[in-house]
Amino acid sequence: MSETLSVSVNSQVGSFPIAADFTAGKGVTALFGESGAGKTTLLKMIAGVTRPKQGRIVIRNQVLFDSAEGINLPPEKRRIGYVFQDARLFPHLSVKNNLTYARWAGRRSEGLPYDAVVALLGLQHLQQRSPATLSGGERQRVAIGRALLSNPSLLLMDEPLSSLDHSRRQEILPFLETLRDQTGLPILYVSHEIDEVARLADEIVLLQGGRVTASGPAEAIFSRLGSHDDAGALVTGIVAASDEAFGLTSIDIGGHPFQLARLDFIVGSKVRLRIRARDVSIARTLPEAISIRNILPVRITGMTSNEGPDTDLALDIGGQTIGARLTRKSVAELDLKPGDNVFALVKAASIDRSVLR
Amino acid sequence: MLGETEWAIVLLSLRVALVAILVALPFAFAVAWILARYSFYGKSLLQALITMPLVIPPVVTGYLLLVWFGARGTLGGFFNDVFGLTFSFRWTGAALAAGVMAFPLLVRPIRLSIEGLDRGLEEAARSLGAGRIIVFFTVTLPLLLPGIIAGTVLSFAKALGEFGATITFVSNIPGETQTLSLAIYSLLQSPSGDAAALRLILVSVVISIVAVVASEWLQRRLSGARP
Repeated sequence: MSETLSVSVNSQVGSFPIAADFTAGKGVTALFGESGAGKTTLLKMIAGVTRPKQGRIVIRNQVLFDSAEGINLPPEKRRIGYVFQDARLFPHLSVKNNLTYARWAGRRSEGLPYDAVVALLGLQHLQQRSPATLSGGERQRVAIGRALLSNPSLLLMDEPLSSLDHSRRQEILPFLETLRDQTGLPILYVSHEIDEVARLADEIVLLQGGRVTASGPAEAIFSRLGSHDDAGALVTGIVAASDEAFGLTSIDIGGHPFQLARLDFIVGSKVRLRIRARDVSIARTLPEAISIRNILPVRITGMTSNEGPDTDLALDIGGQTIGARLTRKSVAELDLKPGDNVFALVKAASIDRSVLR
Repeated sequence: MLGETEWAIVLLSLRVALVAILVALPFAFAVAWILARYSFYGKSLLQALITMPLVIPPVVTGYLLLVWFGARGTLGGFFNDVFGLTFSFRWTGAALAAGVMAFPLLVRPIRLSIEGLDRGLEEAARSLGAGRIIVFFTVTLPLLLPGIIAGTVLSFAKALGEFGATITFVSNIPGETQTLSLAIYSLLQSPSGDAAALRLILVSVVISIVAVVASEWLQRRLSGARP
């Protein structure tokens, strides 16, 4: 993956130290962390709103900040689109004048055509409206459009969905997916919502206490995110067949068929599934006369128990890893050990998206 | 209706108040900006200094103006030598007195609207490629306009009615420094002036109401995009 953004900063905000090193390429890089982990501060440093004490920030060979060389480009010279949590539309301007602000005030005329952005985000009927009359979801879409029309080389999104309720989120997420898949713009997406990360992220940078504790492809990092209940894994597969009679789609995961409620993806397309550890059970032998359709032969590659009653297993399925959460007692009774070949019974999985790359 | 002298009084008053506020406005904006956006040593002193004309007796303000800006005053001499501008016993002095007295009322609403402005909007504008100055004129200033208008109208009304500092500084000279308030005062002193005084009182009430209504209308129009 080509590296677009490279950040290496060392700073202190109040009494809070930030020391972050990471890179981001094409597609969506999720900057994931609990609130207070320094995500927004990091975005502000990239945007040029806050000045880091030390470090270097580079986008596509252009140095935005370098403390050693004394370079610190002002925000308006950085070509970074910034979508804020609270939209920040200009209240005295119409939606249309908000969208075109970068053109008439920022003198940025090149880039995506206006009509294409308006169509992409479904803003046609909103153009003459005033921001005050928009719903939260509409406001956020206008904010995204406004940032896109500034012809940015990178888009920063600071929890753009956090101020919205569930149904509004569902309204915006498809737009974000289209954006990611159609514009090819690198996006640094700050979130502490595991669902958004699962759906959108190609890469994940995990931020804890102002430090990057892990980074890499979403599939590799995902299992380390999230709270107890949500823990899970991302697995990619290929749509293999579609069973019209029973309304099922079969997906090939590392050579094993996996059946789900019928999807409208065409056969041969790559999809990403999210499997929660709590939806996976283990059997020593192939169970018979059972309603669960997805029984996959797997190998135990790791086991971690904590003080609670649970044990987390890491399972290898054709080169990919999923997790299973079992009680310690079950693990003891079945005498499960790393290296064992067992069967994983998967009760549910959700398709997060199709993978185009 | 109004006679020729009365019209002259009204026009003089309007000229004094308008000039006072228009000249004071850029200074008031600068002071409001500094007080709202910066913290520095001596900020509370500056703040107190700005508020002074509101709290000390107008006669004292007028006296201080006379001492500093009079013909023999340090600043008066300076303005006379450098700009050829004389304040003592001239309408310009009346404007100066009115401007000084109205200054705190001009600063306060502007300062409040600067403090109330979401600076995130300026950040957003800069991320869209606009430099500081363009951001100021396309985002900051338009959003501050309602506050600026409120301050302007309030201080205009104050300048129009200024009495104590004016009469102390530039006296009560018909045709030069005799503004509405001073004229009403003079008429009320003379036994036959009641009717004329009443007419001028009505005029000053009308001017004030028109100014307030106009500012309300303007503010509504400017913020028409908002709820």
